[in-house]
Amino acid sequence: MPTVLLSRIAAARSGDKGEGSNVGIMARSQAAYEFLRTWLTTERLAEHMHGINAGDVVRYEADNMRVLNFILSDSLGGGGSASLKTDAQGKTHGLAALRMTVDVPTEVLEATPEA
Amino acid sequence: MSDPKRPLVRIANGQGFWGDSILGPIRLVREGPLDYLTLDYLAEVTLSIMQKLRSRDPSKGYATDFVKLIERTAKDLVEKDIKVVANAGGVNPRACRDAVLEALRAQGLHGVKVATVEGDDILESLDTLTAAGEPFTNMDTGAALSGVRDTVTSANVYLGAFPIAEALATGAQIVITGRGTDPGLVLGPLIHEFGWGPEDLDQLAAGTIAGHIVECGAQCTGGNHTDWQSIPDMAMIGYPVIEATPSGDFTVTKHEGTGGRVDVGSVVHQLCYEMGDPANYITPDVVADFTSVSIEQDGENRVAIRGAKGLPATPTFKASLSYADGWKALGQLTISGPDALAKARACAEIVWQRLAYDGFEYGPEERLVEFVGANVCHAGIPIPEASDPSEVVLRMGVKGPDRAKVDRFGSELVPLVTSGPPGVTGFAGGRPKATEIIGFWPALVAKEHITTNVTVSES
Repeated sequence: MPTVLLSRIAAARSGDKGEGSNVGIMARSQAAYEFLRTWLTTERLAEHMHGINAGDVVRYEADNMRVLNFILSDSLGGGGSASLKTDAQGKTHGLAALRMTVDVPTEVLEATPEA
Repeated sequence: MSDPKRPLVRIANGQGFWGDSILGPIRLVREGPLDYLTLDYLAEVTLSIMQKLRSRDPSKGYATDFVKLIERTAKDLVEKDIKVVANAGGVNPRACRDAVLEALRAQGLHGVKVATVEGDDILESLDTLTAAGEPFTNMDTGAALSGVRDTVTSANVYLGAFPIAEALATGAQIVITGRGTDPGLVLGPLIHEFGWGPEDLDQLAAGTIAGHIVECGAQCTGGNHTDWQSIPDMAMIGYPVIEATPSGDFTVTKHEGTGGRVDVGSVVHQLCYEMGDPANYITPDVVADFTSVSIEQDGENRVAIRGAKGLPATPTFKASLSYADGWKALGQLTISGPDALAKARACAEIVWQRLAYDGFEYGPEERLVEFVGANVCHAGIPIPEASDPSEVVLRMGVKGPDRAKVDRFGSELVPLVTSGPPGVTGFAGGRPKATEIIGFWPALVAKEHITTNVTVSES
Protein backbone atom coordinates (compact mmCIF):
# COMPACT_ATOMS: atom_id res chain seq x y z
CA MET A 1 0.00 0.00 0.00
CA PRO A 2 1.33 3.45 -0.87
CA THR A 3 2.34 5.68 2.06
CA VAL A 4 1.05 9.25 1.81
CA LEU A 5 0.40 12.20 4.07
CA LEU A 6 -3.14 12.41 5.41
CA SER A 7 -3.44 15.70 3.50
CA ARG A 8 -3.43 13.67 0.24
CA ILE A 9 -6.83 12.18 1.07
CA ALA A 10 -8.32 14.73 3.52
CA ALA A 11 -8.57 18.44 4.30
CA ALA A 12 -8.99 19.88 7.80
CA ARG A 13 -10.19 22.84 9.84
CA SER A 14 -9.68 23.40 13.55
CA GLY A 15 -10.67 25.94 16.19
CA ASP A 16 -10.95 26.44 19.93
CA LYS A 17 -13.49 24.86 22.24
CA GLY A 18 -12.91 26.07 25.78
CA GLU A 19 -9.60 24.65 27.02
CA GLY A 20 -9.45 22.32 24.03
CA SER A 21 -9.83 22.38 20.28
CA ASN A 22 -11.73 20.56 17.59
CA VAL A 23 -10.18 19.13 14.45
CA GLY A 24 -12.57 18.40 11.59
CA ILE A 25 -11.06 15.96 9.09
CA MET A 26 -12.79 16.16 5.69
CA ALA A 27 -12.24 13.17 3.42
CA ARG A 28 -11.60 14.10 -0.20
CA SER A 29 -13.75 11.22 -1.54
CA GLN A 30 -16.34 8.73 -0.34
CA ALA A 31 -13.73 5.96 -0.60
CA ALA A 32 -11.32 7.97 1.54
CA TYR A 33 -14.09 8.63 4.08
CA GLU A 34 -14.93 4.96 4.42
CA PHE A 35 -11.26 4.07 4.78
CA LEU A 36 -10.62 6.81 7.37
CA ARG A 37 -13.71 5.95 9.39
CA THR A 38 -12.02 2.65 10.21
CA TRP A 39 -8.38 3.68 10.16
CA LEU A 40 -8.40 7.12 11.83
CA THR A 41 -9.30 6.09 15.37
CA THR A 42 -9.21 8.37 18.39
CA GLU A 43 -6.14 6.38 19.55
CA ARG A 44 -4.26 7.06 16.30
CA LEU A 45 -5.09 10.76 16.34
CA ALA A 46 -4.30 11.10 20.05
CA GLU A 47 -0.89 9.46 19.54
CA HIS A 48 -0.05 11.73 16.60
CA MET A 49 -1.10 14.86 18.52
CA HIS A 50 0.47 13.88 21.86
CA GLY A 51 2.82 16.88 21.82
CA ILE A 52 -0.16 19.24 21.43
CA ASN A 53 -2.97 17.64 23.41
CA ALA A 54 -2.64 16.49 27.03
CA GLY A 55 -6.23 15.33 27.45
CA ASP A 56 -8.79 12.89 26.07
CA VAL A 57 -9.84 12.70 22.43
CA VAL A 58 -13.47 12.14 21.38
CA ARG A 59 -14.59 11.48 17.78
CA TYR A 60 -17.88 12.32 16.06
CA GLU A 61 -18.92 11.32 12.54
CA ALA A 62 -20.89 13.35 9.99
CA ASP A 63 -21.51 11.10 6.99
CA ASN A 64 -23.24 13.82 4.97
CA MET A 65 -20.06 15.94 5.01
CA ARG A 66 -17.60 13.00 5.02
CA VAL A 67 -16.23 14.49 8.22
CA LEU A 68 -14.63 12.93 11.27
CA ASN A 69 -14.68 15.56 14.01
CA PHE A 70 -12.19 15.15 16.85
CA ILE A 71 -12.38 17.02 20.15
CA LEU A 72 -8.99 17.43 21.87
CA SER A 73 -9.90 18.26 25.45
CA ASP A 74 -6.64 19.85 26.68
CA SER A 75 -4.71 21.35 23.77
CA LEU A 76 -4.53 25.09 24.41
CA GLY A 77 -2.45 25.45 27.56
CA GLY A 78 -5.42 26.67 29.58
CA GLY A 79 -7.33 28.28 26.72
CA GLY A 80 -8.60 31.83 26.25
CA SER A 81 -6.51 34.55 27.81
CA ALA A 82 -5.00 32.08 30.33
CA SER A 83 -2.95 30.43 27.59
CA LEU A 84 0.72 31.28 27.10
CA LYS A 85 0.90 29.30 23.85
CA THR A 86 1.39 30.92 20.44
CA ASP A 87 -1.54 28.97 19.06
CA ALA A 88 -3.94 29.64 21.91
CA GLN A 89 -6.95 29.01 19.62
CA GLY A 90 -5.89 25.74 18.01
CA LYS A 91 -5.98 27.34 14.56
CA THR A 92 -3.08 25.16 13.37
CA HIS A 93 -4.20 21.84 14.85
CA GLY A 94 -5.99 20.78 11.66
CA LEU A 95 -2.80 21.15 9.64
CA ALA A 96 -0.90 19.26 12.34
CA ALA A 97 -3.30 16.32 11.95
CA LEU A 98 -2.83 16.36 8.18
CA ARG A 99 0.92 15.70 8.65
CA MET A 100 0.15 12.15 9.75
CA THR A 101 1.50 9.45 7.41
CA VAL A 102 -1.01 6.88 6.20
CA ASP A 103 -0.70 3.59 4.30
CA VAL A 104 -3.63 3.86 1.90
CA PRO A 105 -5.00 1.03 -0.27
CA THR A 106 -4.27 1.76 -3.94
CA GLU A 107 -7.94 1.66 -4.90
CA VAL A 108 -8.76 4.30 -2.28
CA LEU A 109 -5.95 6.50 -3.51
CA GLU A 110 -7.05 6.14 -7.13
CA ALA A 111 -10.64 7.04 -6.20
CA THR A 112 -9.50 10.21 -4.39
CA PRO A 113 -8.75 13.33 -6.45
CA GLU A 114 -5.69 15.37 -5.49
CA ALA A 115 -6.22 18.83 -4.03
CA MET B 1 -45.68 29.67 10.57
CA SER B 2 -47.32 32.77 9.09
CA ASP B 3 -47.09 33.99 5.47
CA PRO B 4 -43.66 34.94 4.18
CA LYS B 5 -43.11 38.61 3.32
CA ARG B 6 -41.14 37.60 0.17
CA PRO B 7 -40.01 34.35 -1.46
CA LEU B 8 -36.25 34.89 -1.18
CA VAL B 9 -34.10 36.87 1.23
CA ARG B 10 -30.40 37.68 0.80
CA ILE B 11 -28.38 37.92 4.01
CA ALA B 12 -24.65 38.55 4.19
CA ASN B 13 -22.27 38.56 7.11
CA GLY B 14 -19.59 41.20 6.81
CA GLN B 15 -17.69 40.81 10.05
CA GLY B 16 -16.47 37.58 11.61
CA PHE B 17 -15.00 39.11 14.77
CA TRP B 18 -13.96 42.50 16.20
CA GLY B 19 -10.88 43.26 14.17
CA ASP B 20 -12.08 41.77 10.89
CA SER B 21 -11.53 43.91 7.77
CA ILE B 22 -13.92 46.81 7.24
CA LEU B 23 -13.66 46.09 3.49
CA GLY B 24 -15.88 43.02 3.97
CA PRO B 25 -19.08 44.90 4.79
CA ILE B 26 -18.23 47.96 2.67
CA ARG B 27 -17.86 45.79 -0.43
CA LEU B 28 -20.97 43.74 0.39
CA VAL B 29 -23.05 46.91 0.40
CA ARG B 30 -21.38 48.16 -2.78
CA GLU B 31 -20.94 45.11 -4.99
CA GLY B 32 -24.19 43.16 -5.17
CA PRO B 33 -27.82 42.71 -4.16
CA LEU B 34 -28.51 42.43 -0.42
CA ASP B 35 -31.47 42.61 1.96
CA TYR B 36 -29.67 42.19 5.29
CA LEU B 37 -26.13 42.78 6.49
CA THR B 38 -25.13 41.09 9.74
CA LEU B 39 -22.01 41.89 11.74
CA ASP B 40 -20.46 39.88 14.55
CA TYR B 41 -18.16 41.85 16.86
CA LEU B 42 -18.17 39.83 20.06
CA ALA B 43 -15.64 37.23 21.10
CA GLU B 44 -15.81 35.86 24.64
CA VAL B 45 -13.06 38.13 25.89
CA THR B 46 -14.63 41.25 24.31
CA LEU B 47 -17.45 41.74 26.81
CA SER B 48 -15.08 41.74 29.75
CA ILE B 49 -12.95 44.44 28.11
CA MET B 50 -16.08 46.43 27.27
CA GLN B 51 -17.34 46.16 30.85
CA LYS B 52 -14.04 47.65 32.03
CA LEU B 53 -14.30 50.51 29.52
CA ARG B 54 -17.85 51.23 30.60
CA SER B 55 -16.96 51.30 34.29
CA ARG B 56 -14.49 54.13 33.52
CA ASP B 57 -16.81 55.98 31.12
CA PRO B 58 -20.59 55.29 31.04
CA SER B 59 -20.77 56.30 27.36
CA LYS B 60 -18.41 53.45 26.33
CA GLY B 61 -18.55 49.67 26.27
CA TYR B 62 -19.60 48.88 22.68
CA ALA B 63 -17.90 48.16 19.35
CA THR B 64 -16.83 51.56 18.06
CA ASP B 65 -15.81 49.98 14.72
CA PHE B 66 -19.52 49.62 13.99
CA VAL B 67 -20.11 53.36 14.19
CA LYS B 68 -17.21 53.92 11.76
CA LEU B 69 -18.79 51.41 9.40
CA ILE B 70 -22.18 53.16 9.60
CA GLU B 71 -20.47 56.47 8.85
CA ARG B 72 -18.99 54.99 5.68
CA THR B 73 -22.06 53.09 4.45
CA ALA B 74 -25.15 54.85 5.86
CA LYS B 75 -26.28 56.51 2.63
CA ASP B 76 -26.06 53.28 0.64
CA LEU B 77 -27.77 51.29 3.40
CA VAL B 78 -30.73 53.65 3.45
CA GLU B 79 -30.91 54.10 -0.33
CA LYS B 80 -30.76 50.35 -1.03
CA ASP B 81 -32.90 49.55 2.02
CA ILE B 82 -30.38 47.11 3.46
CA LYS B 83 -31.25 46.24 7.05
CA VAL B 84 -28.38 45.82 9.49
CA VAL B 85 -28.22 43.45 12.47
CA ALA B 86 -25.10 43.76 14.63
CA ASN B 87 -24.10 42.61 18.11
CA ALA B 88 -22.06 45.81 18.32
CA GLY B 89 -23.91 46.91 21.46
CA GLY B 90 -21.54 44.97 23.69
CA VAL B 91 -22.40 45.84 27.28
CA ASN B 92 -23.90 49.21 26.33
CA PRO B 93 -26.36 48.89 23.40
CA ARG B 94 -28.03 52.24 24.18
CA ALA B 95 -24.75 54.15 23.98
CA CYS B 96 -24.01 52.38 20.71
CA ARG B 97 -27.46 53.34 19.43
CA ASP B 98 -26.93 56.98 20.40
CA ALA B 99 -23.61 57.08 18.55
CA VAL B 100 -25.22 55.51 15.47
CA LEU B 101 -28.13 57.99 15.57
CA GLU B 102 -25.59 60.80 15.79
CA ALA B 103 -23.70 59.42 12.78
CA LEU B 104 -26.92 59.16 10.76
CA ARG B 105 -27.99 62.72 11.61
CA ALA B 106 -24.54 64.05 10.76
CA GLN B 107 -25.11 62.77 7.22
CA GLY B 108 -28.55 64.35 7.00
CA LEU B 109 -30.30 61.00 7.34
CA HIS B 110 -33.39 61.61 9.48
CA GLY B 111 -36.24 59.29 10.42
CA VAL B 112 -34.09 56.16 10.26
CA LYS B 113 -35.21 53.69 12.93
CA VAL B 114 -32.59 52.11 15.16
CA ALA B 115 -33.63 49.37 17.60
CA THR B 116 -31.81 47.79 20.51
CA VAL B 117 -32.19 44.34 22.03
CA GLU B 118 -31.29 44.14 25.72
CA GLY B 119 -31.59 41.63 28.52
CA ASP B 120 -28.43 39.61 27.98
CA ASP B 121 -26.39 41.59 30.51
CA ILE B 122 -26.97 40.00 33.94
CA LEU B 123 -23.98 41.43 35.80
CA GLU B 124 -26.14 43.72 37.96
CA SER B 125 -28.73 41.02 38.64
CA LEU B 126 -26.31 38.18 39.37
CA ASP B 127 -27.03 38.07 43.10
CA THR B 128 -30.80 38.42 42.57
CA LEU B 129 -30.69 35.49 40.15
CA THR B 130 -28.63 33.46 42.60
CA ALA B 131 -31.20 34.19 45.32
CA ALA B 132 -33.94 33.11 42.87
CA GLY B 133 -32.32 29.69 42.64
CA GLU B 134 -29.78 30.01 39.84
CA PRO B 135 -26.55 28.43 41.15
CA PHE B 136 -24.35 29.35 38.12
CA THR B 137 -22.46 26.10 38.60
CA ASN B 138 -19.57 25.86 36.14
CA MET B 139 -20.81 23.71 33.24
CA ASP B 140 -17.37 22.30 32.49
CA THR B 141 -15.92 21.74 35.96
CA GLY B 142 -18.96 21.53 38.25
CA ALA B 143 -17.40 24.15 40.55
CA ALA B 144 -19.55 26.55 42.60
CA LEU B 145 -19.62 30.23 41.62
CA SER B 146 -18.88 31.33 45.19
CA GLY B 147 -15.17 30.60 44.61
CA VAL B 148 -14.87 33.40 42.03
CA ARG B 149 -17.97 35.54 42.70
CA ASP B 150 -15.97 38.51 44.05
CA THR B 151 -13.83 38.70 40.91
CA VAL B 152 -16.60 38.48 38.30
CA THR B 153 -16.19 41.30 35.76
CA SER B 154 -18.96 40.53 33.26
CA ALA B 155 -21.96 38.22 33.01
CA ASN B 156 -24.08 37.74 29.91
CA VAL B 157 -26.50 35.18 28.56
CA TYR B 158 -26.50 34.17 24.90
CA LEU B 159 -29.92 35.36 23.72
CA GLY B 160 -31.64 33.71 20.78
CA ALA B 161 -33.00 35.06 17.50
CA PHE B 162 -36.62 35.88 18.36
CA PRO B 163 -35.89 39.24 20.04
CA ILE B 164 -34.04 40.27 16.86
CA ALA B 165 -37.12 39.41 14.80
CA GLU B 166 -39.21 41.45 17.26
CA ALA B 167 -36.86 44.40 16.77
CA LEU B 168 -37.11 44.12 12.97
CA ALA B 169 -40.91 44.05 13.25
CA THR B 170 -40.78 47.64 14.56
CA GLY B 171 -39.55 48.69 11.11
CA ALA B 172 -36.01 49.23 12.32
CA GLN B 173 -33.33 49.74 9.69
CA ILE B 174 -30.59 48.93 12.17
CA VAL B 175 -30.80 46.46 15.08
CA ILE B 176 -28.13 46.61 17.77
CA THR B 177 -27.81 43.77 20.25
CA GLY B 178 -25.49 42.77 23.05
CA ARG B 179 -24.56 39.12 23.61
CA GLY B 180 -26.54 36.65 21.55
CA THR B 181 -25.72 33.54 19.62
CA ASP B 182 -23.72 34.20 16.46
CA PRO B 183 -26.13 32.28 14.17
CA GLY B 184 -29.03 34.26 15.69
CA LEU B 185 -27.90 37.35 13.76
CA VAL B 186 -28.94 35.51 10.57
CA LEU B 187 -31.83 33.50 12.01
CA GLY B 188 -33.52 36.62 13.44
CA PRO B 189 -34.13 38.23 10.02
CA LEU B 190 -35.37 34.90 8.61
CA ILE B 191 -37.89 34.52 11.45
CA HIS B 192 -39.07 38.05 10.73
CA GLU B 193 -39.26 37.62 6.94
CA PHE B 194 -40.73 34.13 6.77
CA GLY B 195 -42.98 34.17 9.83
CA TRP B 196 -41.31 31.14 11.42
CA GLY B 197 -42.45 30.33 14.95
CA PRO B 198 -40.80 28.48 17.84
CA GLU B 199 -42.51 25.28 16.65
CA ASP B 200 -40.95 25.43 13.15
CA LEU B 201 -37.95 23.42 14.28
CA ASP B 202 -36.63 22.37 10.87
CA GLN B 203 -36.71 25.95 9.61
CA LEU B 204 -35.06 27.25 12.77
CA ALA B 205 -32.38 24.57 12.35
CA ALA B 206 -31.86 25.62 8.72
CA GLY B 207 -31.49 29.28 9.69
CA THR B 208 -29.08 28.31 12.47
CA ILE B 209 -26.93 26.28 10.06
CA ALA B 210 -26.96 29.20 7.61
CA GLY B 211 -25.86 31.48 10.43
CA HIS B 212 -23.06 29.14 11.45
CA ILE B 213 -21.78 28.95 7.87
CA VAL B 214 -21.45 32.73 7.52
CA GLU B 215 -20.59 33.72 11.11
CA CYS B 216 -16.85 33.83 10.48
CA GLY B 217 -17.12 35.88 7.31
CA ALA B 218 -14.70 34.75 4.61
CA GLN B 219 -13.93 31.46 6.38
CA CYS B 220 -16.63 29.84 4.20
CA THR B 221 -15.60 31.48 0.91
CA GLY B 222 -12.04 30.21 0.73
CA GLY B 223 -10.35 31.83 3.72
CA ASN B 224 -8.37 29.54 6.05
CA HIS B 225 -8.75 26.73 3.48
CA THR B 226 -6.49 23.66 3.45
CA ASP B 227 -5.97 23.97 -0.32
CA TRP B 228 -5.17 27.69 -0.18
CA GLN B 229 -3.10 27.67 -3.39
CA SER B 230 -6.24 26.88 -5.38
CA ILE B 231 -8.31 29.78 -4.01
CA PRO B 232 -8.59 32.58 -6.60
CA ASP B 233 -7.96 36.24 -5.75
CA MET B 234 -7.80 35.94 -1.97
CA ALA B 235 -6.98 39.67 -1.69
CA MET B 236 -10.44 40.56 -2.97
CA ILE B 237 -12.17 37.62 -1.28
CA GLY B 238 -15.95 37.90 -1.28
CA TYR B 239 -17.82 37.66 1.99
CA PRO B 240 -20.67 35.14 2.11
CA VAL B 241 -24.25 35.75 1.06
CA ILE B 242 -27.12 33.42 2.03
CA GLU B 243 -30.12 33.19 -0.30
CA ALA B 244 -32.81 31.85 2.00
CA THR B 245 -36.30 30.55 1.22
CA PRO B 246 -39.38 30.09 3.44
CA SER B 247 -39.02 26.27 3.46
CA GLY B 248 -35.64 26.61 5.18
CA ASP B 249 -33.60 25.43 2.18
CA PHE B 250 -30.90 27.95 1.30
CA THR B 251 -27.96 28.62 -0.97
CA VAL B 252 -24.53 29.87 0.10
CA THR B 253 -22.96 32.18 -2.45
CA LYS B 254 -20.99 35.44 -2.81
CA HIS B 255 -21.30 38.46 -5.03
CA GLU B 256 -20.29 38.14 -8.66
CA GLY B 257 -16.77 39.24 -9.49
CA THR B 258 -15.44 38.87 -5.96
CA GLY B 259 -12.47 36.66 -5.07
CA GLY B 260 -12.45 33.41 -3.17
CA ARG B 261 -14.55 30.34 -3.88
CA VAL B 262 -17.83 28.89 -2.65
CA ASP B 263 -17.94 25.14 -3.15
CA VAL B 264 -18.87 22.11 -1.07
CA GLY B 265 -15.34 22.01 0.32
CA SER B 266 -15.23 25.64 1.45
CA VAL B 267 -18.67 25.37 3.08
CA VAL B 268 -17.84 22.09 4.84
CA HIS B 269 -14.59 23.65 6.08
CA GLN B 270 -16.67 26.23 7.93
CA LEU B 271 -19.29 23.73 9.13
CA CYS B 272 -16.37 22.02 10.92
CA TYR B 273 -15.25 25.23 12.65
CA GLU B 274 -15.58 25.04 16.44
CA MET B 275 -17.87 22.05 15.93
CA GLY B 276 -18.74 19.75 18.81
CA ASP B 277 -21.31 16.99 18.33
CA PRO B 278 -22.52 17.72 14.79
CA ALA B 279 -25.92 16.12 15.43
CA ASN B 280 -26.64 18.34 18.44
CA TYR B 281 -25.78 21.98 17.88
CA ILE B 282 -27.51 23.63 20.83
CA THR B 283 -28.88 27.17 20.61
CA PRO B 284 -31.63 28.89 22.64
CA ASP B 285 -33.96 28.54 19.62
CA VAL B 286 -33.45 24.96 18.48
CA VAL B 287 -31.08 21.99 18.62
CA ALA B 288 -29.84 21.83 15.03
CA ASP B 289 -28.63 18.61 13.38
CA PHE B 290 -25.73 19.39 11.04
CA THR B 291 -25.71 15.75 9.87
CA SER B 292 -29.25 16.06 8.49
CA VAL B 293 -28.56 18.35 5.53
CA SER B 294 -27.60 17.64 1.95
CA ILE B 295 -24.80 19.87 0.67
CA GLU B 296 -24.56 20.14 -3.11
CA GLN B 297 -22.89 22.32 -5.72
CA ASP B 298 -25.62 24.24 -7.54
CA GLY B 299 -23.76 26.32 -10.10
CA GLU B 300 -20.51 28.27 -9.93
CA ASN B 301 -19.88 29.63 -6.43
CA ARG B 302 -23.25 28.36 -5.28
CA VAL B 303 -23.84 25.60 -2.73
CA ALA B 304 -27.37 24.42 -1.91
CA ILE B 305 -28.15 23.24 1.63
CA ARG B 306 -31.40 21.34 1.95
CA GLY B 307 -33.41 19.25 4.38
CA ALA B 308 -32.26 20.59 7.77
CA LYS B 309 -33.77 18.93 10.83
CA GLY B 310 -34.13 20.42 14.29
CA LEU B 311 -35.10 19.24 17.75
CA PRO B 312 -36.85 21.31 20.45
CA ALA B 313 -34.75 23.88 22.30
CA THR B 314 -33.59 23.27 25.86
CA PRO B 315 -35.21 25.20 28.77
CA THR B 316 -31.99 27.09 29.50
CA PHE B 317 -29.82 29.88 28.17
CA LYS B 318 -26.06 29.54 28.24
CA ALA B 319 -24.44 32.24 30.34
CA SER B 320 -20.83 33.31 30.12
CA LEU B 321 -19.24 35.01 33.10
CA SER B 322 -15.75 36.41 33.09
CA TYR B 323 -13.59 36.87 36.15
CA ALA B 324 -10.11 38.07 37.05
CA ASP B 325 -7.96 34.95 37.09
CA GLY B 326 -4.42 36.17 37.84
CA TRP B 327 -1.66 37.65 35.72
CA LYS B 328 0.56 36.74 32.82
CA ALA B 329 3.51 38.23 30.96
CA LEU B 330 4.89 37.23 27.58
CA GLY B 331 7.97 38.40 25.72
CA GLN B 332 10.12 37.45 22.79
CA LEU B 333 13.57 37.89 21.29
CA THR B 334 14.94 36.85 17.91
CA ILE B 335 18.10 34.75 17.86
CA SER B 336 20.12 34.33 14.67
CA GLY B 337 22.31 31.42 13.63
CA PRO B 338 24.71 29.83 13.60
CA ASP B 339 23.35 27.42 16.20
CA ALA B 340 20.17 29.45 16.61
CA LEU B 341 18.22 26.73 18.39
CA ALA B 342 21.07 25.79 20.77
CA LYS B 343 21.54 29.44 21.67
CA ALA B 344 17.82 29.96 22.23
CA ARG B 345 17.75 26.97 24.60
CA ALA B 346 20.72 28.43 26.48
CA CYS B 347 18.99 31.83 26.68
CA ALA B 348 15.87 30.33 28.26
CA GLU B 349 17.94 28.52 30.88
CA ILE B 350 19.86 31.71 31.66
CA VAL B 351 16.60 33.60 32.29
CA TRP B 352 15.25 30.96 34.69
CA GLN B 353 18.61 30.73 36.52
CA ARG B 354 18.88 34.48 37.05
CA LEU B 355 15.29 34.67 38.31
CA ALA B 356 15.91 31.74 40.68
CA TYR B 357 19.02 33.49 42.04
CA ASP B 358 16.78 36.41 42.95
CA GLY B 359 14.21 34.14 44.63
CA PHE B 360 11.69 33.85 41.81
CA GLU B 361 10.89 30.31 40.69
CA TYR B 362 8.00 29.36 38.41
CA GLY B 363 6.46 25.89 38.35
CA PRO B 364 5.92 23.89 35.15
CA GLU B 365 2.28 25.02 34.99
CA GLU B 366 3.29 28.65 35.45
CA ARG B 367 5.82 29.00 32.65
CA LEU B 368 6.23 28.34 28.95
CA VAL B 369 9.18 28.47 26.55
CA GLU B 370 8.67 28.31 22.79
CA PHE B 371 11.28 28.27 20.02
CA VAL B 372 9.23 29.72 17.20
CA GLY B 373 10.65 28.47 13.91
CA ALA B 374 11.64 25.12 15.40
CA ASN B 375 8.15 23.61 15.32
CA VAL B 376 6.09 25.17 18.08
CA CYS B 377 2.64 24.81 16.54
CA HIS B 378 3.02 21.13 15.69
CA ALA B 379 5.00 20.01 18.73
CA GLY B 380 5.66 16.29 18.90
CA ILE B 381 5.28 15.73 15.16
CA PRO B 382 8.64 15.02 13.48
CA ILE B 383 9.44 17.78 10.98
CA PRO B 384 13.06 17.46 9.74
CA GLU B 385 13.50 21.04 8.51
CA ALA B 386 12.64 22.38 11.98
CA SER B 387 15.70 20.84 13.67
CA ASP B 388 18.22 23.41 12.38
CA PRO B 389 16.45 26.70 11.61
CA SER B 390 18.59 29.64 10.49
CA GLU B 391 16.97 31.80 13.18
CA VAL B 392 14.54 31.30 16.04
CA VAL B 393 12.13 33.51 17.94
CA LEU B 394 12.52 32.75 21.64
CA ARG B 395 9.12 33.30 23.21
CA MET B 396 8.84 33.01 26.99
CA GLY B 397 5.96 33.57 29.35
CA VAL B 398 4.87 33.11 32.95
CA LYS B 399 1.54 33.32 34.74
CA GLY B 400 0.19 33.17 38.27
CA PRO B 401 -1.80 34.95 40.95
CA ASP B 402 1.09 37.20 42.12
CA ARG B 403 1.39 40.26 39.90
CA ALA B 404 4.79 41.31 41.23
CA LYS B 405 6.24 37.88 40.55
CA VAL B 406 4.89 37.91 37.00
CA ASP B 407 6.33 41.39 36.43
CA ARG B 408 9.71 40.34 37.80
CA PHE B 409 10.07 37.83 34.96
CA GLY B 410 9.67 40.61 32.41
CA SER B 411 12.85 42.37 33.47
CA GLU B 412 15.16 39.38 32.85
CA LEU B 413 14.44 38.81 29.17
CA VAL B 414 15.94 41.85 27.46
CA PRO B 415 19.29 41.72 29.36
CA LEU B 416 20.14 38.63 27.27
CA VAL B 417 21.02 41.02 24.43
CA THR B 418 24.27 41.99 26.16
CA SER B 419 24.80 39.22 28.69
CA GLY B 420 23.86 36.09 26.74
CA PRO B 421 25.05 34.35 23.57
CA PRO B 422 25.69 36.46 20.42
CA GLY B 423 23.04 37.21 17.83
CA VAL B 424 20.19 38.13 20.18
CA THR B 425 18.00 40.92 18.77
CA GLY B 426 14.43 41.96 18.08
CA PHE B 427 13.66 43.34 21.54
CA ALA B 428 11.68 46.33 20.25
CA GLY B 429 8.69 45.62 22.48
CA GLY B 430 10.74 46.41 25.58
CA ARG B 431 10.05 44.72 28.91
CA PRO B 432 7.04 42.40 29.00
CA LYS B 433 4.52 43.63 31.57
CA ALA B 434 1.95 41.69 33.58
CA THR B 435 -1.53 41.76 32.08
CA GLU B 436 -4.68 40.43 33.68
CA ILE B 437 -5.90 36.95 32.77
CA ILE B 438 -9.63 36.85 32.14
CA GLY B 439 -11.17 33.54 33.13
CA PHE B 440 -14.44 32.25 31.68
CA TRP B 441 -17.18 30.63 33.62
CA PRO B 442 -19.83 28.92 31.50
CA ALA B 443 -23.16 28.20 33.20
CA LEU B 444 -26.83 27.61 32.42
CA VAL B 445 -29.76 29.85 33.41
CA ALA B 446 -33.46 29.00 33.20
CA LYS B 447 -35.06 30.96 30.36
CA GLU B 448 -37.92 32.08 32.63
CA HIS B 449 -35.45 34.14 34.67
CA ILE B 450 -34.35 36.26 31.73
CA THR B 451 -36.38 39.16 30.31
CA THR B 452 -35.52 40.72 26.96
CA ASN B 453 -36.36 44.25 26.03
CA VAL B 454 -36.63 45.86 22.57
CA THR B 455 -36.56 49.64 22.19
CA VAL B 456 -36.67 51.75 19.04
CA SER B 457 -35.54 55.31 18.29
CA GLU B 458 -35.36 57.51 15.18
CA SER B 459 -32.54 59.63 13.81
